[in-house]
Amino acid sequence: MAQYAILIYEAESGYADGGQDAWQTAMEAHGRFAGQVGEKGGKILGGDALEPTTTATSIRNDVVTDGPFVETKEALGGFYLIEARDLDHAIEIAKLCPAPYGGVEVRPIMDTSGG
Amino acid sequence: MSSEPRAAAAQDRNAIRAAVADAHRREWAFVLAATARVTRDLDAAEECVQDAYVAALDAWARQGVPRNPGAWLTTAARHRALDTLRRERTLRAKLPLLIPGQSESDDGTGDGEPVIGDDRLRLIFTCCHPALAREAQVALTLRLVCGLSTGEIAKAFLVSESTMAARVTRAKKKISAARIAYRIPAAAELPDRLDAVLTVVHLVFTTGHTAPGGPDLVRPDLIARAIELARMLRKLMPDEQEVAGLLALLLITDARSATRTDANGNLLLLEQQDRSLWDRPRIADGSALVVEALRGGRPGRFALQAAIAALHAEAASYADTDWPQLLMLYDRLLRAWPSPVVELNRTVVVAMVSGPQAALDDIAKLEADGRLDGYHYLPAAKADLLRRLGRFAEARSAYLAALKLTENPAERGFLSRRVAEVSVADGR
Repeated sequence: MAQYAILIYEAESGYADGGQDAWQTAMEAHGRFAGQVGEKGGKILGGDALEPTTTATSIRNDVVTDGPFVETKEALGGFYLIEARDLDHAIEIAKLCPAPYGGVEVRPIMDTSGG
Repeated sequence: MSSEPRAAAAQDRNAIRAAVADAHRREWAFVLAATARVTRDLDAAEECVQDAYVAALDAWARQGVPRNPGAWLTTAARHRALDTLRRERTLRAKLPLLIPGQSESDDGTGDGEPVIGDDRLRLIFTCCHPALAREAQVALTLRLVCGLSTGEIAKAFLVSESTMAARVTRAKKKISAARIAYRIPAAAELPDRLDAVLTVVHLVFTTGHTAPGGPDLVRPDLIARAIELARMLRKLMPDEQEVAGLLALLLITDARSATRTDANGNLLLLEQQDRSLWDRPRIADGSALVVEALRGGRPGRFALQAAIAALHAEAASYADTDWPQLLMLYDRLLRAWPSPVVELNRTVVVAMVSGPQAALDDIAKLEADGRLDGYHYLPAAKADLLRRLGRFAEARSAYLAALKLTENPAERGFLSRRVAEVSVADGR
């Protein structure tokens, strides 16, 4: 098995405009996703939702600035760390990951064990 | 030593070199695909296979050309791979090629002669994996399946060798780092995955058929490679109708390529072409494949495109073409594969069935739609219809618009001549 990060990129306005209902719907979808990963033969090793980019602080060359590192329409809003057999399997799982206001990116985790 | 034996030896050397070159063309994919299974690393596999071809030059000169060059080369490359693996066991790549379902018995490390399976499909499906960009798929396929050098591929696609080398390296790295499995897709995903493979082969062909630059319209080397790839797929997947469709499409298109330009390299329209020069046996081969590709209903896009090409190729003359039947095929093609380019090609048939004005109305819809902005065949087709309607001033500006959008010298020559013709007709 290999490890992949599923990075969730969404327009933050989606949740801001949709209010509590939008958030609630998404949370329920994520709850279902957690079950589906197991059914697909994968495993969730970790993951979290991030507070919006308005709360972000960036540091470059010791200079501290307010805001995200890169301004984008769709911002990184959460991530999962999963285990999957190969990229096809990881993509199959990532396709199920809820991201109603954007999409997801799959990135392999680098093996730094050096073995 | 007299000069005669020396001449004979030189002749032998040439014969051996030709045999190795032939084996390079025919067996590269088979040898590499089988070797990658041992090295579990595409770069290392390529190196071992290169070495095996070099070794063949010498060995075949001494022992004669083996009866099965592919098996000889595969055995040589795999032995080299095993030697390297044994020597470098500790240095072995940390991200090996992922080979699902590999057991100890078939990895070639056991005792005795391994049974060498045909892994070419694994190789080509890996090269054309959807997680790789289309241009990377094309580059990898030509490099790993056809055995072209990075320099040759760079030349074919008019990019620098360093750009192409970086593209190939990045794609190989992604295959191992992201763990793109070295396997044939499962039945459920096969149609989509196969479509990507066929699209890559078709792209190699069309790049050869209408070279984006350079002095000639056609690059015969790419065309030959694409047809070889399609034949290989046909052999490996005899039941896939779209594979039959693609091979048919390439054969029939290529069979007509000799008449696309005149002796001076000027582009000729279908109606101006001398049909007696078409390669009839090749068209017959293609048409037979079309029948297979269409069997059983619900034909795919390559089968339908091949059927269209066959109908053109089999017509005794342009006037004798079965236009209503073509229109029906185009409508089915649009349902199977909605594409603005197909809609544009359909307008040519509409003009034959219902007249230029009806076709012009369809063109107007395509212009409004915007998906073909920058595609030179759109203004070129429009210009031709306007010309036939006697609207020469409008035709002229449409030809000029088309001229701005193409770099191909043969096409530019054609469009320039048309501009001159309609200018005269317009009284300029």
